[in-house]
Amino acid sequence: MNIDGVNNGIVLDHIKAGESMLVYDYLKLGRLKCCVAIIQNCQSKKMGLKDIVKIDELIDIDLDVLGYIDPHITVNYVKDGKLLKKRHLALPETLTNVIKCKNPRCITSTEQELPHVFKLIDREKQIYRCAYCDVVGDNK
Amino acid sequence: MRSVVSILDLSTSEINELMNVADDIERNPEFYRSKCKHKILATIFYEPSTRTRLSFESAMLSLGGSVISTPDSKISSAAKGESISDTVRVISNYADIIVMRHPKEGAPVVAAMKATVPLINAGDGGHFHPTQTLADILTIRRTKKTLSGLTIGLCGDLMFGRTVHSLIEAMLRYPDNKYIMISPNELKLPEYMREALDKAGVSWRETESLETAMPELDVLYMTRVQKERFFNEEDYVRLKDVYILDRDKLKTAKSDLAILHPLPRVNEISVAVDDDPRAQYFYQTLCGKQMRMALIMLLLGII
Ligand SMILES: [Zn+2]
Repeated sequence: MNIDGVNNGIVLDHIKAGESMLVYDYLKLGRLKCCVAIIQNCQSKKMGLKDIVKIDELIDIDLDVLGYIDPHITVNYVKDGKLLKKRHLALPETLTNVIKCKNPRCITSTEQELPHVFKLIDREKQIYRCAYCDVVGDNK
Repeated sequence: MRSVVSILDLSTSEINELMNVADDIERNPEFYRSKCKHKILATIFYEPSTRTRLSFESAMLSLGGSVISTPDSKISSAAKGESISDTVRVISNYADIIVMRHPKEGAPVVAAMKATVPLINAGDGGHFHPTQTLADILTIRRTKKTLSGLTIGLCGDLMFGRTVHSLIEAMLRYPDNKYIMISPNELKLPEYMREALDKAGVSWRETESLETAMPELDVLYMTRVQKERFFNEEDYVRLKDVYILDRDKLKTAKSDLAILHPLPRVNEISVAVDDDPRAQYFYQTLCGKQMRMALIMLLLGII
């Protein structure tokens, strides 16, 4: 694992090639003041090609969001230039305010401050349904 | 707090128990006349459905309880923008049980999370309407004397018809039933329901022809084919009559067929069929009331 350029921060590895901008958007990395590096199409023994995102600050990452985007991503926490810990992800059972229900007849379209909640109903096919109206969530 | 938003909120043994109680109500209505004395049922209807509301209110009154209700059309605080959560919290202080109908799908899920008394979904848009399903299966059990080994025809709009999906989900709990899905190609059963049938391993098939299916059927569940579901007038005109049940189409039917319909009917069952002893759709509404009585008692902990 190449953690060059990160002293105290996070390296997101094994991102499927082409998905790094999705990670960038979902985690709202554009709002950070620190150095963020996006590396696309790296050679990977495991995956052929992969993307990597390096964040030079130990920010709080919503692992549910990341697990939803791609459960194969690994999260490496770096402290003082050394690998502190490595986290593997899984598809979360519940998504809260990660994706929005697109059903115009859903109660989430009118009820104030109601969180958008989705439940995992098929882990293999990665299918989530709205906890209120049961409509299947859009893919990323 | 125990609420019923979907038919899946009730276990099979609870559904069976509700049917047994409904049968006992039929035999012995006096015994239940005061079961809900001093209890209050609130009906909150965010869209009009006179029949459903009256069915619940009549059910509560037959149990000796009282009813408070909002005018059918518009709830005043809703017009002022009060959330469902707030409305339900307030009404929980006025009633022992709440019945809610709302045009938005999932509204009763939100309401049930906030209510401090039991809540029954009386229909949320095209989503769920569990007490309709309870009415349907009691009607089947009473008219056929069984809930298994039946050939059940579901006819009309099988794509958007929520009562059909919910009835299938309920009937899949009982063994050895066979299903014939009768609909125009444009209104076939959605994918997730097809998967549910396949997963359950039951025998089922699809046909566009009500006439060819008719001789096999023990139960025929009719639904309306709505004009708005079609892309063009031509298809609608071509198909609408095919799914209208009349005396002629019944000629090949079994003598003990049970014909059900969730009502309201527009023209999908000819009025001439009403006098046929196989027509059970008005009786179905009595079954609905008795199942609502049983459900109210179950949720109030009286049975
Ligand atoms: Zn929804």
